[in-house]
Amino acid sequence: MIEIANIIIVLFIILGAFFHLIAALGVLRLPDVYTRNHAASKAATLGVLCILLATFFYFYFHESEFNTRVLLCIVFMFLTAPVAGHLLGRAAYHHGVKMEGSKVDEYEEYIKVKKSNEPKKYEAYKKKLEKNL
Amino acid sequence: MEERKLKTSNVILQSMTKVLLFLIMIFSIYIFFAGHYTPGGGFVGGLLTSGAILLLLLAYDLQTVRNILPVNFLYMVAVGLVFAIGTGVGSLIFDKPFLTHAFGDIHVPILGELHLHTATLFDLGVYLVVVGVTMSIIQTIGGDDE
Repeated sequence: MIEIANIIIVLFIILGAFFHLIAALGVLRLPDVYTRNHAASKAATLGVLCILLATFFYFYFHESEFNTRVLLCIVFMFLTAPVAGHLLGRAAYHHGVKMEGSKVDEYEEYIKVKKSNEPKKYEAYKKKLEKNL
Repeated sequence: MEERKLKTSNVILQSMTKVLLFLIMIFSIYIFFAGHYTPGGGFVGGLLTSGAILLLLLAYDLQTVRNILPVNFLYMVAVGLVFAIGTGVGSLIFDKPFLTHAFGDIHVPILGELHLHTATLFDLGVYLVVVGVTMSIIQTIGGDDE
């Protein structure tokens, strides 16, 4: 029993460290804010979750202690990290950072229509979006 | 740069705040009560509570938070100091030195046997002072346009 638990713990820790390494490499290698944000927020979140899960299993099987705080931390990280990534990307976009190597920007048109404050234009834009879907 | 409108409604942040606020508040209360036997206590609990209110301030604006929590945080500091001094003076009544704490196992009707300690009341004072001081600093700095 304790052997299987040890294998699971070690696997989760290695997996978590691997995801962290991937996230760090992504931040170094990718060209602009959005792709770096994509690497950091997803891979690092999964890495943290794996390591926290390994911590929980360690304390559960070795010290027989049901550590609720670690579980709460998993839920908390899972909820907050994507929102933080979203806010970072949003702030970068509103400060005029362009995506590298991309010619399509559909959000720009939306903002233009929204800022013009003409309900008719907005309706037409919405119809066009629905048709494209 | 042209007219930059940062104050737009962000649905994702606002609806996430509604969930996270309760999580952080419950955790801060847990930290406050766990302070006697495990790491935690009034100071960390107060900082966590003010962190939760700060998240609310980030997601909404200052006036909304003032409507949700109609508390004058300077009065909160005063009440916390009264708690801290009150537990100290309370020991003088029983002819003991200042800030001598007492504890005992008390039977509470619904909750059963509880190990109660007057240091918790002192900690409650610390908690109220920390929340009051941090929130009044943040509200004073944040609301300079009024």
